[in-house]
Amino acid sequence: MNGTPIISAKNLTKKFGNFVANDNLNFDVYEGEIFGFIGANGAGKTTAVRILCGLSFPTSGAIKIAGFDVYKQTEKIKKQIGYMSQKFSLYDDLTVYENIRFYAKIYGMKTKEIKTKTEDLLNELNFAHARDKKIRDIPLGWKQKLAFSTAIFHNPKIVFLDEPTGGVDPITRRQFWDLIYKASDKGITIFVTTHYMDEAEYCDRVSIMDQGKIVALDTPVNLMKEYHSRNMDDVFIKIAR
Amino acid sequence: MKSFLSFVKKEFYHIFRDKKTMLILFGIPIAQVLLFGFVITSEIKNVKIAVWDKSNDYITQEITNKITSSGFFELNTIINHQSEIEKTFKKGKVREVIIFEHDFAKKLHKEKKANIQLIADASDANSANMIANYTKGIISNYMIKHNEKIKLPLQIITKERMLYNESLKDVYMFVPGIMAMILMLVSAMMTSISVAREKEMGTMEVILVSPLKPIQILLGKVTPYLALSIINAVIIIALGYFVFQMPIIGSLSLLMSETILFILLALSLGILISTAAANQQVAMFISMFALLLPTILLSGFIFPIENMPLILQWISAIMPPKYYIIILKNIMLKGTGLLFVWKETLILIVMTFFFILLSAKKFKIRLE
Amino acid sequence: MSEYSVIISNISKSYGDVSAVKNISVNIKKGELFGLIGPDGGGKTTLIRILTTLLKTDTGNATVEGFDILKEYKKIRQIIGYMPGRFSLYQDLTVEENLSFFASVFGTTIEKNYALIKDIYSHIEPFKKRKAGDLSGGMKQKLALSCALIHKPKVLFLDEPTTGVDAVSRKEFWEMLKNLQQYQITIIVSTPYMDEAGLCDRVALMQQGKILSIDSPLNISKQFNKTLFSVKTENKFKLLTDLRNYENMNSVNAFGQYIHYTDLSNSNETNKLEEYLKVKNHTVIKIKKINPTIEDCFIELMKQ
Repeated sequence: MNGTPIISAKNLTKKFGNFVANDNLNFDVYEGEIFGFIGANGAGKTTAVRILCGLSFPTSGAIKIAGFDVYKQTEKIKKQIGYMSQKFSLYDDLTVYENIRFYAKIYGMKTKEIKTKTEDLLNELNFAHARDKKIRDIPLGWKQKLAFSTAIFHNPKIVFLDEPTGGVDPITRRQFWDLIYKASDKGITIFVTTHYMDEAEYCDRVSIMDQGKIVALDTPVNLMKEYHSRNMDDVFIKIAR
Repeated sequence: MKSFLSFVKKEFYHIFRDKKTMLILFGIPIAQVLLFGFVITSEIKNVKIAVWDKSNDYITQEITNKITSSGFFELNTIINHQSEIEKTFKKGKVREVIIFEHDFAKKLHKEKKANIQLIADASDANSANMIANYTKGIISNYMIKHNEKIKLPLQIITKERMLYNESLKDVYMFVPGIMAMILMLVSAMMTSISVAREKEMGTMEVILVSPLKPIQILLGKVTPYLALSIINAVIIIALGYFVFQMPIIGSLSLLMSETILFILLALSLGILISTAAANQQVAMFISMFALLLPTILLSGFIFPIENMPLILQWISAIMPPKYYIIILKNIMLKGTGLLFVWKETLILIVMTFFFILLSAKKFKIRLE
Repeated sequence: MSEYSVIISNISKSYGDVSAVKNISVNIKKGELFGLIGPDGGGKTTLIRILTTLLKTDTGNATVEGFDILKEYKKIRQIIGYMPGRFSLYQDLTVEENLSFFASVFGTTIEKNYALIKDIYSHIEPFKKRKAGDLSGGMKQKLALSCALIHKPKVLFLDEPTTGVDAVSRKEFWEMLKNLQQYQITIIVSTPYMDEAGLCDRVALMQQGKILSIDSPLNISKQFNKTLFSVKTENKFKLLTDLRNYENMNSVNAFGQYIHYTDLSNSNETNKLEEYLKVKNHTVIKIKKINPTIEDCFIELMKQ
């Protein structure tokens, strides 16, 4: 990968009192890259992602997101990013279209544009028939695909995904990754936080966090070679032990 | 039995380790009693009264002295004629007139009863009630001591009249109301929340799959709160008695037995709520709206039941606190025994059994 | 004595319109480590709750150690251990208090059955004065397992014990389960992780309330009757698209860094495919014949 990084973190440190949640993190993420941010629960992933999304300030460090500074330009950062988490993304009691419209409006899109783009999106997903169905009435796999599509509806530069495919069946999961690959092919940077190692294997590069520090950062293939492992699970176990 | 005891122990751990629970259990009751107490008692310090003593014998004088030396009342005017009552009130200084009938001492010893009439300015209904109550308390106290001396069941009948608000007949004081409210809060809300918490946390699932019997689970939940509620009741009564000189004329053991009965009723209500509530929020909500608000609004605690529209009066008839408050007032203020409150007690007993049966029936041995 | 610990016959269960379990029949042998494998909504939790007597079936019947799940639920509750999907211990009680509470609920003590839980509990014993809520995910899971085992159950039900747990704890957990088998405890464990299937004696692959297949992991892999290749080139997205447009294509599925591919000819020959990818301007082409994983089988079974 080359060019200027779209996410650049230099010496990112975040402390809560005496507790160091993020200890001097250094990493760059490039345009169109699928970057896996891996670590056990409590390793400090969430804290770092909050800073990258402009939701909290780091204690120290120089961090730029899409060229904007996380200290001064958080509002500009927020316009450039999309966010999807497995737990919450869409409102259960709104219809598919109402959900999309709601998010698109937040990002200041025009009604007409929203309408045509929604038609396109639903046709592409083969989901046009469900336009006016409530989210609670559609299957989990569809919800996740829709949530992702909604998160990138306003053409953000970066989309943050939090454990996006946990618990779905293997076919739906692959359909989901197909969407991610497509978005990445269009130039959207995908930042995946997860503690599922099999999700990590789908990423272009992964960083592994342990107790607030980044302990490994490379492509999955290289990490597997380096740690003589057959999969990312083993890599993680060897690093953690 | 051992598993039951360890269940109770576990419950106590939950209670003692949660600061919020402890605060609700002990902080709020004390704060409320003190708050209500000071707000209300500050009004009846040195209340100006007038006396029309038609008899003017040694007993009426003793009683008058008792009343005026209590610190609550101050003798302002001596009245000698019916027409002066209205005038005295109109002047606005005097808030109560005490009238002793003719030949008071003579009647008391011959007919074993004599009459006192209390007329209070009820334009401020609450303080009128307080004032009348305090006066009656002092008179009753005097009678008990007097009876001890002469070993005769003499009776002074106090008749009260609420001037300017005649329909307000029932007397109330804040302590019975607060007792009912707090026992409802602590017993019903806390148990329902604690059962709901187990459902929410998923621990109920593990408990159900264990050999514990439903009755063990229910009693295990109820026992700690029964103990804590009794302590609470004692604290409230003690506060009322020592800090606010609230009279307790009747039998203390009867008072405590009735209180335990009411606590049991509230606990069974709590369990009933918990069978319907899936999480702590819902349990809290139901307790608030189904129990606490009606207790405050419909039990006669704040608004006299007689003044309510008929439909609300009917609803108040199924409010357990109403009966408890009646019982408390009778025992504490009038010094009556079980003979006078057996009807209300019976209602509470029936209600308790009804709720226990209902909640035992509704308690699910499975998830649904 | 039957050789089966759990016998499930034609069980169905629905919640309103949604049917969670559809006519399932399984026999689980005594001492077996049996896996219920499948995604969320597959019916795993419902099935476990039915067997642990927490839910009633709509139709069908089951027995656990010979006891009827409906009529003899009290007897079943004496002899089973259960670990629900969520962490279900008292967070405000210490490790030790939790364990001794559950011991006394079953009328036993920690000391009596210490041998059984020793290997598991020894990991967390140094923290026994700590509140359960303050433990790490892996330690919570070990405590929950200890609590579920403290009365020496005959059958142990574990509902997604490894969900949300880090890879290291996950590995340790499976090692513990393997160790428990020496005590002849029947273990029924559910998991959404396909890779955990290989650790079970037998598995039932579950999808939308139905069982796709029941067998040993090895036999399930053998049933995969296509030749499977793993393919990798420099550009994954382009590879996916090009493979899908290839005339001989039968299935194309992303598997991490690789793409699993079967073709219609079903031969071991790869030259034609390599030619095609070269024509499509792919570089660093790697094609390798591989053995199917359980996930490959699951996808195949789902398509049928």
